Amino acid sequence: MNDNLILEVRHLSKSFGSHQVLRDIDFVVRPGDVTSIIGASGSGKSTLLRCINLLETPTSGEILFHGEDIVARKGGAAAYRSKVGMVFQSFNLFNNMTVLANCTVGQVKVLKKDKATAKENAMRYLEKVGMTPYINAKPRQLSGGQKQRVAIARALAMDPEVLLFDEPTSALDPEMVGEVLTVMQTLANEGMTMLVVTHEMAFARDVSNHVVFMADGVIGEEGEPEQVFLNPSNPRMVEFLARFRQQ
Amino acid sequence: MLQTFFQQCAQLGIDITSTWARYGGQYLTGMYNTITLAILATLIGCIIGFICGILNTIPCGPGDNIVKRVVLRIIRVVIRIYVEVFRGTPMILQAVFIYYGLPYFTGSVRWPSVFIAALVIVSINTGAYMAESVRGGFLSIDPGQTESAKAIGMTHVQTMLYVIIPQALRVLLPQIGNNLIINIKDTSVMFIISYGELFSVHRAAVGATYLYFPSAAIEMTAYFSMTLIASLILRWLEKRMDGSDNYELVNEDQLVGAAGTYTHPVKGSPYDEHSKEAQKFQQQRQWAENRKNSEASDVGNRSLDQRGER
Repeated sequence: MNDNLILEVRHLSKSFGSHQVLRDIDFVVRPGDVTSIIGASGSGKSTLLRCINLLETPTSGEILFHGEDIVARKGGAAAYRSKVGMVFQSFNLFNNMTVLANCTVGQVKVLKKDKATAKENAMRYLEKVGMTPYINAKPRQLSGGQKQRVAIARALAMDPEVLLFDEPTSALDPEMVGEVLTVMQTLANEGMTMLVVTHEMAFARDVSNHVVFMADGVIGEEGEPEQVFLNPSNPRMVEFLARFRQQ
Repeated sequence: MLQTFFQQCAQLGIDITSTWARYGGQYLTGMYNTITLAILATLIGCIIGFICGILNTIPCGPGDNIVKRVVLRIIRVVIRIYVEVFRGTPMILQAVFIYYGLPYFTGSVRWPSVFIAALVIVSINTGAYMAESVRGGFLSIDPGQTESAKAIGMTHVQTMLYVIIPQALRVLLPQIGNNLIINIKDTSVMFIISYGELFSVHRAAVGATYLYFPSAAIEMTAYFSMTLIASLILRWLEKRMDGSDNYELVNEDQLVGAAGTYTHPVKGSPYDEHSKEAQKFQQQRQWAENRKNSEASDVGNRSLDQRGER
């Protein structure tokens, strides 16, 4: 066990009924790592991310958060989740709240901060994602890119140690992808630890420092982006990249 | 023929006036009693419904311990029985059953007042219907809302209170309105335990005057005006809950973050992978840069780049 690791995934497996989605997944996340998880649809990328946030219960294996197994530990899932932020493909902003309330509700109700501090904190992150003018808007009044930027601010406002992104740009129009990726790159540059499931190969190649390629529920290839993209050893990865280049 | 009709109309006016002169105050008290009972019972019924809904949706998987699973199982069965029994029997009988049942078994313990007994009966009745509506309301909320609430560390109760219920409430408001209007009318069966609501006034009045039709006309008007006002208030409430379609931009700096002013991915930047030309251009540039860097500093990288070039 290494104290220098935030997350350690050990022999993680997940089955839905008789269908095994993840098989014996092993990888680690160090502070400041930007890890991209890539792979074809149905390869288990999102399930892996959802397991890490305990939105899915792993069938077997361990997930160590600062050395403590959070799968075996019963209860306390909520406390753990508050330290691990998550950004969803479909944004999932709270529809009944304004942009500002979306970013403060977790701080006030979960972290028990007072409202003024929470607001100050939320405003700082909303400014970072460029959404301060919209604090009084409801989610339904925003565009996809704006919603996703608010979702990122909402996750950041909880001051998480790791931020998980589940295909954050897949539901966006092409012209909105850029604004979200810009925000994510800024975060990466500031040293935020991030775990990103993505189809944006450019992001995986240029922003992340670690790439995990998944195929059929196992890790097909992992390593530094240069190695994975320019010198892949796994035939599935070669095939995957070839398909991407064609597009 | 027509003459008789007009004569009867005139007669009705006279009868209504005379009935109202004698019982006007009692009709008004009846209206007041009916509306208080209906509103309070609807509110309590909704709370019962929501509590049942929350208890019914407590997440429970095979990973949870046996005690929790057994307790949840029992709670669900109890709620199920409650819903089926109170939805499946007439309220008028439930009233008799509960009002006379308590002293029957306890002897001395009686209901503190008829109003309390009536309130309990109508509330648990409304609760039984609401429990099912609430279940439907919760089902209609996107599961993503629950997931994101959990992802920021909310517990089940917090998720329900701050995220799901406020949204379900909007979906359920028409159903709550339905219940309020049904309750305004159906509290009339509470005359059976001699609660002084509007219909019991009719029974008292016609018992003395035998003017059935004039009294019924007064009652019809009174009930209809109460339900109509309730409808209007609920419509207004729905509109208010939806909020304005407009919102104010809070602009400290006119240029920051306004729609359309974000920087579009510049050609050749890492994000511009949607145009093929730019992608090619960018790739070439990247490799050229890598080559330069590796030549300058790190010899070990060279083999990597050469492979990439091919």
